[in-house]
Amino acid sequence: MMKRALACTAACAAVLAFAPALAQQPSPFAEYQRMATESAPVELFELGGEELWKKPQGPKGVSLEKCDLGQGPGVLKGAYAGLPRYFADVDRVMDLETRLLHCMMTLQGRSREEAAKGVFGNADRPSEMEYLSAYIAGHSHGMPLRPGMSHAKERAAFELGRKLYFHRAGSWDFSCASCHGEEDKRIRMSQLPVLYKPAVARPLIATWPAYRVSNSQFKTIQWRMNDCYRQMRMPEPVFGSEAMVALVQFLTVTAQGEPYRGPAIKR
Amino acid sequence: MAGPMKMRATLGSGYTDVRVLMTHPMATEQQTKGQPHFIQNLTVKLNGKTVIEGEISQAVSRNPVFSFRLKGGAKGDKIEVSWLDNKGDTNRTETAVA
Repeated sequence: MMKRALACTAACAAVLAFAPALAQQPSPFAEYQRMATESAPVELFELGGEELWKKPQGPKGVSLEKCDLGQGPGVLKGAYAGLPRYFADVDRVMDLETRLLHCMMTLQGRSREEAAKGVFGNADRPSEMEYLSAYIAGHSHGMPLRPGMSHAKERAAFELGRKLYFHRAGSWDFSCASCHGEEDKRIRMSQLPVLYKPAVARPLIATWPAYRVSNSQFKTIQWRMNDCYRQMRMPEPVFGSEAMVALVQFLTVTAQGEPYRGPAIKR
Repeated sequence: MAGPMKMRATLGSGYTDVRVLMTHPMATEQQTKGQPHFIQNLTVKLNGKTVIEGEISQAVSRNPVFSFRLKGGAKGDKIEVSWLDNKGDTNRTETAVA
């Protein structure tokens, strides 16, 4: 776990970008990142997720242990690194969270409404989706990200995701690229990564889902998308929708090949 | 009621490093408008003998992590860590030095 720490993420990258004169000295942000990683309580979320994975729930009273995340029913090893991907049983592309929601509905017989209620938790009550994401993603640690791109629908999702990334809309006429489209942009000390560039996307996408120190919460990639849409003043995207999966697909394919280093810790 | 704890104890040359994670809201007086909820006492035992007794405060963040370096130790030694919070809740975990 502690080795996960050493990845230089947004904070130290930002310092290197904005203060090249200081680049020779050890960055205080790198030190901060190292210390934060050492004290990351990610393992507690993985433990909580394991319990939920094995816990019988829903009208059918069964656990999620038979859920097929793309590597066969119940196979966790490498499952997260292989997502998003096309699932023939539903004839669509799914990311981890969308697939989990699908398993909650089909295996456990829960309604979409009930299973998707509160998918984004808070510090006092982390959601089931957050715990499960931590547990499942942990089984892909060290494996290269290899989202599906062989099926036509996988490629279509990638194309749709790219369109959405650059599509300006909403009351402020924003797109993802309004903030994440030019190099060397920042908000206070947060660097704004240009996520359509593989070199930038790789280290960042390979660390979601993650524990955020600033608010003591474990957060998933769909939460990240959802919150960016909120910040863009767009209508709230539907959890697990084609559009959300397409964005995740676009970002993950852009970052493909990067060894997965999560679940990580972020500011 | 208390959430999970996770501990790892690894043997170095002449010492043992212990790292323990605990689930706790660690809510402060200010956050809760006078209903703080935080771990007050921390006890570390090596083979049943208390080696560290700590008192901590509200100032420690949510889901705290502690690490200690104990002198000596051997493979298979039993390390036990327990906590007691201001509402009387308690939890403990134990592991063998690896």
